[in-house]
Amino acid sequence: MIELLLTDYTIRTVALGAAILGCVSGALGTFAVLREQSLLGDAVSHAALPGIVIAYFVTGSKMSIVLMAGAGLFGALATGLVLSVTAQTRIKFDTALGIALSVFFGLGLVLLTFLQKRPDANQAGLETFLFGQAAALVVSDVVTMAIVGGLALLLVGVFWKEFKIASFDREFGRSLGLRMRIIEALLMFLFVVAIVIGLEAVGVVLMSALLIGPAAAARQWTDRLSLMFGIAALIGALSGVLGAVVSATASSLPTGPIIVLCAGVFVLVSLIGAPHRGLAWRWIRDWRNGRVLRMESVLLDLFALASQHERPDYPHEAAVLDLMANPIAGSTKSLKALEDRGLVTRVGESQWSLTQAGVARVRAILEGMSAGRRGDN
Amino acid sequence: MTPEQIEIQLVACAVAAACALPGAFLILRKMAMMSDAISHAILPGIVVAFFLVGELHSPWLIVGAAIAGLATVVLVESISATRLVKEDAAIGLVFPVLFSVGVLLIARYAGDIHLDTDAVLTGELAFAPFDRLTVGGVDLGPKALVTMLAIGVANLVFILSFYKELKLATFDAGLAASLGFMPAALHYILMGLVSVTAVGAFDAVGSILVVALMIGPPACAYLLTDRMALMMVLSVGFGLLAAISGYWVAHWLDASIAGCMATVVGVVFLIVVALAPDRGLVSILRRQTRQRWAFAEKMLTIHLRQHEGLPEESRENRSAHLQEHLRWQADFAVDVVQRAVEDGFVVERGGFLFLTDAGRALASEAVVDA
Repeated sequence: MIELLLTDYTIRTVALGAAILGCVSGALGTFAVLREQSLLGDAVSHAALPGIVIAYFVTGSKMSIVLMAGAGLFGALATGLVLSVTAQTRIKFDTALGIALSVFFGLGLVLLTFLQKRPDANQAGLETFLFGQAAALVVSDVVTMAIVGGLALLLVGVFWKEFKIASFDREFGRSLGLRMRIIEALLMFLFVVAIVIGLEAVGVVLMSALLIGPAAAARQWTDRLSLMFGIAALIGALSGVLGAVVSATASSLPTGPIIVLCAGVFVLVSLIGAPHRGLAWRWIRDWRNGRVLRMESVLLDLFALASQHERPDYPHEAAVLDLMANPIAGSTKSLKALEDRGLVTRVGESQWSLTQAGVARVRAILEGMSAGRRGDN
Repeated sequence: MTPEQIEIQLVACAVAAACALPGAFLILRKMAMMSDAISHAILPGIVVAFFLVGELHSPWLIVGAAIAGLATVVLVESISATRLVKEDAAIGLVFPVLFSVGVLLIARYAGDIHLDTDAVLTGELAFAPFDRLTVGGVDLGPKALVTMLAIGVANLVFILSFYKELKLATFDAGLAASLGFMPAALHYILMGLVSVTAVGAFDAVGSILVVALMIGPPACAYLLTDRMALMMVLSVGFGLLAAISGYWVAHWLDASIAGCMATVVGVVFLIVVALAPDRGLVSILRRQTRQRWAFAEKMLTIHLRQHEGLPEESRENRSAHLQEHLRWQADFAVDVVQRAVEDGFVVERGGFLFLTDAGRALASEAVVDA
């Protein structure tokens, strides 16, 4: 695979293009995910279709930059409409998104049918925007993507502080005298740019996954915006390269869907494996907490039973402890674990009693509980 | 009109009505984008079902699609239930992944079969009359029409029989749960209906129009009424309007029918957004203007009453003084005075302003209110 990447010129071009678009969309997607506007990307990418067709209509050119301009214009228009309808009327954000995406896309279809009727039409390339055709990327496309994407990332760097405030506490930004509307509009614009860069390669349907996936994955690994931004860009770029190379290894494996699946795998791995936040961590933590809780409750039960008698190490039947314990887990395992820690000891065949260390632990637990209760008050 | 044209319109109407009914609940439950997700994610369900049964027209394909639709809902909800990812991000992740699986399966194993991914998105209503359903030699009409009518009736029956439960679960899920109405079960049945509707409709009109017809008409209705029942009726009405006028626009332009219907939905929505009574932009604007003038007139009467009968009255209660005291622009002040005179709150005599009884009442009411 790596050999292919290094030797094959076409694959190298495609992989580079995919890396750039993954990097830019992953990075800009970070803000969308944090601002709970993840699905805006889906609406924008669908809304770009009429823009692409009109750009081609007007100029007759299929150069990336021309089509990108058309796509960007309509993407921005759709964003503006969605945000203002949501702000001015009682229409909710999700409803506005759904209408924008389907209506603009429908308009794009109408325009496409016009185009197909033109006798001179060489519109064959435009349908690729539906599903994308990364394999058709040429060097000039990649250069355009690199320049536009680089500029977008540069602007993010310049307005980093402002975008950070816009993502977490816009009211604070306003109180500082920042023009939040302008900052948010700029952020939206860059978001549209990121989408437009990716459309040709992955198409309108799959674009949203490339915006959300890397950012959602990156979110699991860190609580810092700068790190999340960097990790998302990296995951996006990796998904792009992996997707391009995998799809090149076999015939009839379209690149866009493979890139999306790669991003999906990154998300899955992050959701499960990320330290602290990940599900695996949560399961392990729950299991540990559960075990400690069951052990402590058996210990307390034993203490409660023993306190009916004259000495705290008065032994009791395991069967009694079983009755008092968690009905599913029982007490056997907990007793074994407690014995390993030297907190209880077996007396005779089936009886258990607290050791001195066990009594000390019980007192510590009770101390902690009453301290907690005091803390509550 | 030729019989084909009538049949195309009938199919379009059946699709529109069947989509509008569950769509109304989707937008009220803030799940509009679920229709987008489901209508895309059913692709792998169709493909897998096709691989299993080996024919394109088997009803099992619809079953497969409906299962995929429900799987989308379950996946989205279990991902957002981890609280690691917000619900909107979960939606935006799940459906492209499932759609990708579908596209890959087709590309890899069904490249030579007519399972065209473009058609999933765009559909072709013009072909609907040619795919007919015949039972025992009797022509029952276009298959799409029969399918969509059946789905529409199923939607209607479900909504009518569980209307009060659905309403409660939509507006107050907590109360519905505490009364034992099982909002979760209703939710999944509703999502199942959305899936089945999307499956039936996308064959005829493509997944994008499914989204347009599920969300657009109910959104228009939502701007016009606060009553659930009326909203459902209006949704269906707007759906039918978009279906029929969309068809004729397409006929006139000789363009994609689904595309034109979606575009008409957009145009109708924009008109409603602009003109809806009470909630439209125009009436919001008019209300704001009216309130601005009413407030200014109130301010004027309060100002005049403040100084009425006091020594400084002759200085304060002149038209010319308002600019300085209330910080109004000159022509705004003139307009306000003119309006106040017209409304009978104030009379003007020789450059001095005097309150009428009505004006005095307005001022005291305003001050007491404050």
